[in-house]
Amino acid sequence: MNGAHDLGGMMGFGPVVAEENEPYFHAEWERRAFAIALAMGATGEWSLDESRSRRESLPPQQYLSLSYYEIWLAALQQILTDHGLVQPDEIEAGRSLYESRPVKRVLKGEDVTAALKRGGPVNRDPEAPARFAVGDFVSAKNMNPTGHTRIPRYVHGRPGVIEAVQGCHVFPDSNAAGKGEAPKWLYSVAFKGTDIWGADSDPCLTVRVDLWEPYLEPR
Amino acid sequence: MSHSHDHAIGHNHETSELTDTELRVRALESILVEKGYVDPAALDELIETYETRVGPRNGAHVVAKAWSDEDFAEWLYRDATAAIQSLGYSGRQGEHMVALKNTAEKHNMVVCTLCSCYPWTVLGLPPVWYKSAPYRSKAVRDPRGVLDDFGVKLPDETEITVWDSTAEVRYLVIPRRPEGTDGWSEVELARLVTRDSMIGTGLALSPDELREAAE
Repeated sequence: MNGAHDLGGMMGFGPVVAEENEPYFHAEWERRAFAIALAMGATGEWSLDESRSRRESLPPQQYLSLSYYEIWLAALQQILTDHGLVQPDEIEAGRSLYESRPVKRVLKGEDVTAALKRGGPVNRDPEAPARFAVGDFVSAKNMNPTGHTRIPRYVHGRPGVIEAVQGCHVFPDSNAAGKGEAPKWLYSVAFKGTDIWGADSDPCLTVRVDLWEPYLEPR
Repeated sequence: MSHSHDHAIGHNHETSELTDTELRVRALESILVEKGYVDPAALDELIETYETRVGPRNGAHVVAKAWSDEDFAEWLYRDATAAIQSLGYSGRQGEHMVALKNTAEKHNMVVCTLCSCYPWTVLGLPPVWYKSAPYRSKAVRDPRGVLDDFGVKLPDETEITVWDSTAEVRYLVIPRRPEGTDGWSEVELARLVTRDSMIGTGLALSPDELREAAE
């Protein structure tokens, strides 16, 4: 969706300001929010794609004014409600008010290290050969789906070249919607900076973007 | 909360909202524990892991090894996931790794314009600026402007490639090895490797800069 999260190329946010010796968390609640988001993700009730989709579906004015972990928190609450795991009035009350169905898995303390070590690889066996090969000239489609997608707006309609075939990966557009992994070939596509930002932009800039096959067409 | 840094994605926000946030997080955690969805021990373990065990020192080890061991470097650029795993770093947000070599002619910088994708296994959790609107909006359009914000100036003719992490592939920049480090051990070299140099918003420290930083 064309949400506020799709920030590439926007102007007016000011300089990048780094904090010296920045801690990983700036408040105790950030630690807790981070941990409950990861632990709930590990239940297998939804995918990382669905989490991302939820976060970017926040109204733009909200997305741009919340801090990072506040966005995580808002999205987590919404997802818990969507999946019928927690009701809004329970959050108001600060305690469980209803019988709830069990989740698929509960991540135990002693399994955390092994689970993180395993991670969640997204490469899958392909159902068809890759349509494009390294060196192929392609264009990023002009597409504006209302659901989750990982094609940034700034490449819409732009010409690029396939620089690498990354493998056949879970397709976020499908997976986020709960319609299955529907794996698709993933490519690293090179775009000239001037093809994206215009003739007066930095001539020495290349932007590489990972794009799934359905985002691309031959040219 | 005792301090109020500007952590908003877009702009500043009121401190009173944070208090409300603290209450909501507490409520949510109690509910999830009460319902048996999360194990409190797992929460502590997750925080402990990402606050104390995983961080840019992992990446610095990878870089120092690549600088000192040609065979490892060749492996790293061919199959970064396997090469990095051989040093003990693998898993969540590092399942599909690619290493990018910075040279005198070509500089690489990594961003995630759509969210905050970052190679956790080698760099740990990302800093606030990496997840913020200024960086995410500017890096793909004006990387030299970003470098300027970080006090880094590259020659005008240096080719810059910005990698937008739109998929589950995670990128680690291998900065240029500083001059005057011949014969340094891997452990010594690793001390020159900053987090930002592995994102591409900085360069590795020179031996002089390392000395200054230590003073």
